[in-house]
Amino acid sequence: MSRQLWSFHGGIHPPQYKELSNQRPIAQSSLAAELVIPLHQHIGQSPEPIVQVGDYVLKGQELAHAQGYVSAPVHASSSGTVVAIEERAIPHPSGLNALCVVLATDGEDRWLEQQLDERHYTAIEPSHLRNLIRSAGIVGLGGAGFPTFIKLNPTGRVIDTLILNGVECEPYITCDDLLMRERSTEILAGIKIMRHALQAGEVLIAIEDNKPEAIAIMQQAIANEPGIEVVSVPTRYPQGGEKQLIKVLTGKECPSSGLPFQIGVVLNNVATAYAIHRAVNHGQPLVSRIVTITGDGIKEPRNLEVPIGTPIQHLIDQCGGTSGEIERIIIGGPMMGFAMHSSAIPLIKTSNCILATRQPEQPAAPEMPCIRCGACAEVCPVELLPQQLYWHARAKEFDKTQEYDLFDCIECGCCSYVCPSNIPLVHYYRFAKTEIWSQEREKEKADQARKRHEFRLSRIEREQAEKEARLALKRAAVQEKSETPDKGEAEKQALIQAALARAQAKKESQQEPPKNTAELTPAQQRIIDEADARRQRLDAAADTPRKEAE
Amino acid sequence: MLTAVIALTALALIFGLLLGFAAVRFKVEGDPLAEKIDALLPQTQCGQCGFPGCRPYAEAMARGEADINRCPPGGETTIIALADLLGREPIPLDAEVGEEKPKMVAIIDEATCIGCTLCIQACPVDAILGAAKQMHTIIEAECTGCELCLEPCPVDCIDMIQIPEKVLHWKWPYPQPPTETRPG
Ligand code: SF4
Ligand code: SF4
Ligand code: SF4
Repeated sequence: MSRQLWSFHGGIHPPQYKELSNQRPIAQSSLAAELVIPLHQHIGQSPEPIVQVGDYVLKGQELAHAQGYVSAPVHASSSGTVVAIEERAIPHPSGLNALCVVLATDGEDRWLEQQLDERHYTAIEPSHLRNLIRSAGIVGLGGAGFPTFIKLNPTGRVIDTLILNGVECEPYITCDDLLMRERSTEILAGIKIMRHALQAGEVLIAIEDNKPEAIAIMQQAIANEPGIEVVSVPTRYPQGGEKQLIKVLTGKECPSSGLPFQIGVVLNNVATAYAIHRAVNHGQPLVSRIVTITGDGIKEPRNLEVPIGTPIQHLIDQCGGTSGEIERIIIGGPMMGFAMHSSAIPLIKTSNCILATRQPEQPAAPEMPCIRCGACAEVCPVELLPQQLYWHARAKEFDKTQEYDLFDCIECGCCSYVCPSNIPLVHYYRFAKTEIWSQEREKEKADQARKRHEFRLSRIEREQAEKEARLALKRAAVQEKSETPDKGEAEKQALIQAALARAQAKKESQQEPPKNTAELTPAQQRIIDEADARRQRLDAAADTPRKEAE
Repeated sequence: MLTAVIALTALALIFGLLLGFAAVRFKVEGDPLAEKIDALLPQTQCGQCGFPGCRPYAEAMARGEADINRCPPGGETTIIALADLLGREPIPLDAEVGEEKPKMVAIIDEATCIGCTLCIQACPVDAILGAAKQMHTIIEAECTGCELCLEPCPVDCIDMIQIPEKVLHWKWPYPQPPTETRPG
């Protein structure tokens, strides 16, 4: 099993702290009285709710249906009653609220009758397997949350290598480690389904060499499986990054803005494989995940299997609560996670770790000016120039940050970790990225506004010209009339009558719609219709008093 | 009778020419620099810069008659972009023209609206729908937040509201750096 391995540029060796949480087996979390299930738990479009407040739902029942291709449904993670569909705090660095389905659990945890495809997975066509995986709401459980069925669609390409990511390179996190130790046969069952869906060649299960137990157990599990291999890789952060791991295992470079598909590789997380096994072999959608609750601020750090939507405070309480003065609670690992704004927020599909750190004895060293040491460039796994990116992001020179390939940055945090000046480099890159996206959106809006404004100007111009043309015609007619001899009094009267009649007719025809309501898009027409409906309601309500006033 | 025919033909000719001239004259093209500048302006068309819209301000800048710091809706971002384009140093927003505010959209209180159409005439981007004596509505996606419709409304039924922040469009805040200057 000495397989040739390659290496990626840079990387760091932060202290691991894995032993904090990997000493105890996975425990089943108790059921919270209220589950808050956000609709948006993945990359792509939000699903649309299909239940209503007051509905009784069973565990595994669909709550919101996927919209568009890159989307995933969400399911009830226990049985109970929908008590609200409203904006609640979700795990997101912004601390903003988003739409959630709130479930009051009834404690019975009753599953929906599973409609299982009785066939063996090898008898199911790959496209149908992808549909099963899609409707089970499975997304990448390693952290990014990309809908998994898309990653299992080779779109006509030959997939030479399917990589299972069991690297778990970020300090503190041990949920994949424990899953591999305790549920290796289920993971293997999921891997085989993935391989079938992709019609992939070899399968590599990559595990860092700091997890010898998991390596041994997985090796045992695959002992009689041809074409599947467990590869132990030397521990180095960020080995678990998609492009980094592909490089290490295959020596292939993923194109800058391309996908691994293009070089015949697909990479998925081991926890995702486990979820696929549950979905295809047991008909159970993704309603729970394993999460590491750890850090020096947690009394009994461990891994819990948790229904999606469980409040994070509920999980901390099950681990003995916090100890000491908490500095902050982080969702995700110490390198790539973000600080939590409120302990009421729920656990979602992509949350792999809750990290509570104590107030350090010494305050963090202050940020200092960049000394241009170049340490950041040495560790960057993407071989970027973090220092240059920093200067340009700081000066808000966004086009220059893009020249330095800002969007190739994977936000791994290696550069900030080694920076002797304690500059929060990644924060600058995130700022620059979201600012660029927002400017692109605003540019689009401005272009639309410019078009509409120019159209309006030309319309006013045209109307003006038409009006003048009409006036001139009239003047000419008047002039001609004055050349003809005087008319009698009766004729004059007739003319006045005619003019009055015209005025009357004009008044009646004033009901014609204004010009800007011609050629409406369906969306605009809908807005008008809705507004008209509202107006009618208002009119009806106001009718009685108005009549009285008349 | 003959005079009338001649007069009408002459008029038709004159106005045909006039329309043609207008089409050429108002075709927004011409100065490529003004074009480039205009592309950087937010197109709110609010007139806070002291010009009747973004394009006239862009033209004034292209002629060198206006400074680059007069557009409050564009704020710092626009000033930096303009400075970059024109090879100048960014300067702070001219306090005289107003201050940078969060993005807003107008909404009409439908119960109060009397359907006078005055706001429709003020809207620079035709974002208001409605007819005489019928209630008016603003197409939120097309409203630039210029506030030009507020003043003409005789019953004060238009309000500006801040666009609520959404998770998907949220931006990381600018990190607060300690004071330092860029070396060399
Ligand atoms: S955060 Fe970005 S720039 Fe910094 S080391 Fe990682 S990939 Fe490179
Ligand atoms: S590591 Fe920090 S101090 Fe050194 S060059 Fe990079 S940003 Fe500057
Ligand atoms: S202030 Fe800015 S947005 Fe408003 S009209 Fe002038 S350039 Fe356009």
